[in-house]
Amino acid sequence: MLNRRDILETIKMIDEEHLDIRTVTMGISLFDCVDRDVDAFCDRVYEKITRLAGNLVATGDAIAREYGIPIINKRVAVTPIALVTPGYSVEDMLKVAHALERAAITCGINFVGGYSALVHKMATQSDLNLIKSLPRALKETSRVCSSINVATTKAGINLDAVKLMGEIIRECAEATAEADSIGCAKLVVFANVPEDNPFMAGAFHGVGEGECVINVGVSGPGVVSSAIAKHPEADITEIADIVKKTAFKITRMGQMVANEACRRLDVPFGIVDLSLAPTPAVGDSVAHILEEMGLERCGTHGTTACLALLNDAVKKGGTMASSHVGGLSGAFIPVSEDAGMIRAAGEGVLTLDKLEAMTAVCSVGLDMIAIPGDTPASTISAIIADEISIGVINNKTTAVRVIPAIGKDVGESVAFGGLLGEAPIMPVHRESSEKFISRGGRIPAPIHSLRN
Amino acid sequence: MNAVISVIGRDRVGIIARLSNICAENNVNINDITQKVRHDTFTMIMWVEIPEGEKDFAAFAKEMEDAGAEMGLIVHVMHEDVFDSMHRI
Repeated sequence: MLNRRDILETIKMIDEEHLDIRTVTMGISLFDCVDRDVDAFCDRVYEKITRLAGNLVATGDAIAREYGIPIINKRVAVTPIALVTPGYSVEDMLKVAHALERAAITCGINFVGGYSALVHKMATQSDLNLIKSLPRALKETSRVCSSINVATTKAGINLDAVKLMGEIIRECAEATAEADSIGCAKLVVFANVPEDNPFMAGAFHGVGEGECVINVGVSGPGVVSSAIAKHPEADITEIADIVKKTAFKITRMGQMVANEACRRLDVPFGIVDLSLAPTPAVGDSVAHILEEMGLERCGTHGTTACLALLNDAVKKGGTMASSHVGGLSGAFIPVSEDAGMIRAAGEGVLTLDKLEAMTAVCSVGLDMIAIPGDTPASTISAIIADEISIGVINNKTTAVRVIPAIGKDVGESVAFGGLLGEAPIMPVHRESSEKFISRGGRIPAPIHSLRN
Repeated sequence: MNAVISVIGRDRVGIIARLSNICAENNVNINDITQKVRHDTFTMIMWVEIPEGEKDFAAFAKEMEDAGAEMGLIVHVMHEDVFDSMHRI
């Protein structure tokens, strides 16, 4: 039988340390909705999403109530839209975005992901039209999320797409300038994008997936932080063990919720994403874990090493706790969504260059970072090119979600509210990257892509 | 279904009496109880069996939590599988 210490430990994790299931995301294939006629396609998309995900929120809430574990988000991810919209114009694409928005509202979900294109080698006309529609699509909808994959280790980097995305991110920022450029918070540029990621804004339902699937993303930076705090004299090997054990417990909870959600919704289980996803709440910060390991402030020397240990230990502990692991799995370091990162960036300790180094050893990338509103498109493209190179060369996922805060500069901040948090505007290098970006073309795949 | 009820707060007279009464009224059988008072802090864990379909789980849990809150206690009613999954391999 369970002992009281274990029971009280679990309750403390939930009550005081912000343990939760961050998202239960239903992946839905849209391949069977394809139609030359955009209105027919939109009708089928709306019907399919609302039919399959109509009970998602109620089911998630019932599980949360019965098991006593909060399930923060219930979401839907669909097949990348550019793959199922043959020959659609920019206006047609916008109709699709609105159909997704309507479906999300009907289902009561806060985000639907998959307004996406995969252009890591080259772009089709549908890809380009979807990308061109983004400034309007992200302004006119509030729940639709987009991701664009511009590189893979196998294909190299599509620099034309990187150039285009710098321009599009600026346009999205300008289109939503009155709301602190929030459009950019719903747009991620990826290298090696995973096909089963449950986390927004980068979630979509990959081409190798089935008809419908449930993927679950766990969280729990506060639990890891508290576990380390209980061992102030532990050496770093012991710290790694503590993180592993904690990650194991957190992930077991995620697996259990995933199994139960799949059973109740009669949908197959996909993966658990073992991610430490922070929130702006005090005590739910990845930066605080690194500081608990012994850094005065996140961003100082030693940060990359501590993050590398954390990321690796989370995966080691979590892998054994789940039957299938996938998605982004690792530690997330979004600036605006993490109280410790916000403070460190505000104090100037955590810089864009340091964040780039950190992304070489953890999941995702330059995430939710506000930059000055007058940053040129070519500089944004160059930031993307740098970050994406780290992913391509190291055979891992990296991503960029930066927010040029229109009309604002270093010293000010942007506030999105809720889980998206707030971000101090971080300085970028002022020297131009224009010539490099304007060359266009493709950066060839690295030699280690030839593994055949 | 098997559930775990945890009760934490300042000790006072009648905690077990009140909460076990609610269990009885809802046809919830108590399989085991462990309880401790240390430095005036009361902690109790009850392992109970809630009959399927008798009464809405959420309604029973809320009744227990509300009764606890009236006595200044934090009460959680949770499915046993949560703890099993986390602490048993």
